[in-house]
Amino acid sequence: MKSAVIVFPGSNCDRDMAVALEKITGQKPLMVWHQDYDFDKVDFIALPGGFSYGDYLRCGAMSARSHIMKEVIKRAEDGVPTFGVCNGFQILTETGLLPGALMRNANLHFVCKDVKLKVENTDSLFTNGYDEGAEITIPVAHHDGNYFADADTLDRLEGEGQVAFRYADDINGAQRRIAGVMNAKGNVLGMMPHPERMIEPALGGSDGRVMFESVMNRLG
Amino acid sequence: MTNVNNIKITPEIVKEHGLNEEEYARIVSAMGREPNYTELGIYSVMWSEHCSYKSSRFHLKKLPTKAPWVIQGPGENAGVIDIGDGQAAIFKMESHNHPSYIEPYQGAATGVGGILRDVFTMGARPVANMNALRFGEPDHPKTRHLVSGVVEGIGGYGNCVGVPTVGGETNFDASYNGNILVNAMTVGLADTDKIFYCAAAGVGNPVVYVGSKTGRDGIHGATMASAEFTEDSEEKRPTVQVGDPFTEKLLIEACLELMATDAIIAIQDMGAAGLTSSSVEMASKGGVGFELNLDNVPQREANMTPYEMCLSESQERMLMVLKPGREEMAKAIFEKWELDFAVIGEITDTGKLTLKFGGEVVGDMPINSLVEDAPEYERPYVYTDKRDAADVAAPADLNKAVLDLIGGPNLCSRRWIWEQYDHMVMGDTIQRPGGDAAVVRVHGTEKALAISTDVTPRYCYADPQQGGRQAVAETWRNITAVGATPLAITNCLNFGNPERPEIMGQFVGCLEGMGEACRALDYPIVSGNVSLYNETNGSGIMPTPAIGGVGVMKDNEKMATIAFKNAGEAIVLIGETKDELGASLYQKQILGEDAGAPPFVDLDIERRNGDFVRALIENGQVSTCHDLSDGGLIAALADMAISGGMGADVTLESDLQLHTSLFSESQARYLVAADADTAETIRKEAKDAGIPVAVIGTTGGDTLSVNGDVSIAMSELTAAHEGWLPNYMAKAAE
Amino acid sequence: MKARIFVTLKNGVLDPQGKAIEHALGNMGFGGVDAARQGKYIELDLQATDRAKAQEEVDAMCRKLLANTVIENYSIELE
Repeated sequence: MKSAVIVFPGSNCDRDMAVALEKITGQKPLMVWHQDYDFDKVDFIALPGGFSYGDYLRCGAMSARSHIMKEVIKRAEDGVPTFGVCNGFQILTETGLLPGALMRNANLHFVCKDVKLKVENTDSLFTNGYDEGAEITIPVAHHDGNYFADADTLDRLEGEGQVAFRYADDINGAQRRIAGVMNAKGNVLGMMPHPERMIEPALGGSDGRVMFESVMNRLG
Repeated sequence: MTNVNNIKITPEIVKEHGLNEEEYARIVSAMGREPNYTELGIYSVMWSEHCSYKSSRFHLKKLPTKAPWVIQGPGENAGVIDIGDGQAAIFKMESHNHPSYIEPYQGAATGVGGILRDVFTMGARPVANMNALRFGEPDHPKTRHLVSGVVEGIGGYGNCVGVPTVGGETNFDASYNGNILVNAMTVGLADTDKIFYCAAAGVGNPVVYVGSKTGRDGIHGATMASAEFTEDSEEKRPTVQVGDPFTEKLLIEACLELMATDAIIAIQDMGAAGLTSSSVEMASKGGVGFELNLDNVPQREANMTPYEMCLSESQERMLMVLKPGREEMAKAIFEKWELDFAVIGEITDTGKLTLKFGGEVVGDMPINSLVEDAPEYERPYVYTDKRDAADVAAPADLNKAVLDLIGGPNLCSRRWIWEQYDHMVMGDTIQRPGGDAAVVRVHGTEKALAISTDVTPRYCYADPQQGGRQAVAETWRNITAVGATPLAITNCLNFGNPERPEIMGQFVGCLEGMGEACRALDYPIVSGNVSLYNETNGSGIMPTPAIGGVGVMKDNEKMATIAFKNAGEAIVLIGETKDELGASLYQKQILGEDAGAPPFVDLDIERRNGDFVRALIENGQVSTCHDLSDGGLIAALADMAISGGMGADVTLESDLQLHTSLFSESQARYLVAADADTAETIRKEAKDAGIPVAVIGTTGGDTLSVNGDVSIAMSELTAAHEGWLPNYMAKAAE
Repeated sequence: MKARIFVTLKNGVLDPQGKAIEHALGNMGFGGVDAARQGKYIELDLQATDRAKAQEEVDAMCRKLLANTVIENYSIELE
């Protein structure tokens, strides 16, 4: 699986994402600087975590309007699997590729810890490797992970199986404890927890690995 | 615009600049004339305590700074040690005490930013941040606000730049009510053949400014109040610097990208006293002169004077000397990262710092005199009187005393703090906060760095020499307890007013003790920082020489953590418990007293016991280990039990009273847990080595019990331990 | 021409920062605050001289970048 990691000024989990992708897929991902928007064709696009543009104005707002995101949107609409973690998720909602918005955590504090997640949909491109009803442990590290969407949108997301992960406990005030959502087509996933930080026992577990392996399974 | 250089230098202006008459006379004699206003400002910062170490230098020179693995000791931006395989660890700790008291968020944030720059200036990618925080007593009306702001500031900066904040320490004591301590440490990694220094070289080579623009941040408050400036109708200028971690992140990436080329001759961050101290430092180390054209300095505000540009403490800026002809290539890198890049001068052979502005020379000072003529004071000192051993009473209720300590401000879980720090980013944190030392892998290798910050100010106050020894020994012990070999330390020496002989005596005593410990443990000092005058209304802080230690483990799979891992394992106490309750946490917190001599630090025993324990971990005999410190044996047992989610049943056989066995803070002690057979082997090996050892109990169950006299349900103990800080912080601010 | 832009959270969107302010004011003894909402204030120096055109332009800026209309409202003042 050939992958690309998009790097914005202020991205800081780009290396972590690259390390995880290389360990799991066996192939070094393409590191794409935001100005190099004419990048090679890839099978998987990752938007890493961090503080692109310092989280100034709103998290992900400036990156979402960048040239490279126009290209990413185009490819995502063409069906290329596209995955945003943390700041990457914020960027995806700011572009409109994913519904909703991510607001300041309800207790106003940055939170970095392992959290328990329920895998809500085990059929998707990103989650088919998890057992049905699985509860997994993945760390979060964010200040703005409080997922918001209006009630109709939430009902639709739940009805269509677009909620990928849900927090077992309320950690940030997210509506219906939503931790990760997909687009209607199922090829775009955004999530606040960091699966790339949970890929080997030395880091506390391997539950995050399965997400990447799920995509590899499907892409064959 | 007022031409500040027309201001007549009066004795009042000299005084406002913190210079005494004798110091001013020295300046006039060095220059052969009266300085102008800009020059006076530059001398005042260069000769300040902060830049010149005028009160401390004499004593600092006595500290051990050398070992075969030390590549660079004190005197550069940070210390450098060899960690094998052509790699180096680069680290330093620095204080940002006063700014954090004035504006806790920005003070702490810019403290983190400054120490990060010290480390990446030398070519290292920062891989871990630590901090040592000291606040006033919890009931003091300002404490909660300060804790909240400092923690948020450290997180706000570190999280954004993407360097994990992996640990530290936090204490509360009334002596910090008016002077909190915020000491930040950064550790970075570089290749030993790619380390950058600040010595400028090559007459005619360009001097380049990169990073953020210069504003009027942090310019000396006293001078701002001078009548000459109030004529202007400008708003009162801020003396608080504001940090921009986003720019810092870009600066790290841009500098490392340029460092991968061969364009840089010398580089220095603009820290305290900004452009002035960085230029002087670079020129002085290289034995050259600098000519700067201030018109070319990127400016954020209009009408800045040379005085302001030279003294501004705007953050996220660096100064470099490039090889000739590399300017365009370097500029392209900085433009890619959207940072300012300006050639602001060149190296001369005059040995002077020459400042030009609007076509005129506005400052011309001999570099030597700015650095070497700075006064050095051998301030009078009196040693702290030695205390006798104390007879410390038993508590009224043993279980309550244990719960109060474990669930009290100084031993409770710091989870509320470190969950606000991204401690995992960079994907190499294999021991998270809450253990003895933080452990981060050396990326892509089997090695790891272990890092710990420690000092016990109670001991330093009771007996500065023992306290100084203990601070160094405790970092050594903490690094040992995870299985790493301690290599070197950095320090942040926080004291009161050195002009008071008893404070200077604390300083001298602590340094003597530190030096003894460094020598005995082969654990030199490679960098550091001094923060004096931590006093309010004549009341000083407890002497607080915070030590940051760094060690290396060769195989990061052989690492110990404090958590009990399996029920039914034997618990082994290594080291001797003595009647040493003087200046203990038990005495201070439970009995409300502070009397008696603190525990004695026998450095030979420290080394012997530590080397023994480290070998157990390296051999794979032990993966559960905890050192004993504040709160003694019972505190260590409680930590291990709470972390492991299981209790322990302990039986102590001793001539000491039970409360002494439990709370004594005797040094050089460790607890390990292992299966019964291994424990017996360890016991025999220790005995053969002449090390006091005892198998004291078994892990498991849902109670922590000792001799039947202490018996506390784990649920209750855990709730007390985890509850104190969040409950305290949740109480509404006054 | 100067444009002053106020970005506020839509009614019905929880505003944890506003809530914290409200809470703190109450604790400090300022009674009579029923609710607090926190927003952003942005000032732009525009080259434009035509008011209607400027209004249109700034409105587009708000829709496209300055506000996230999923959760935020905005208002514009020109001077």
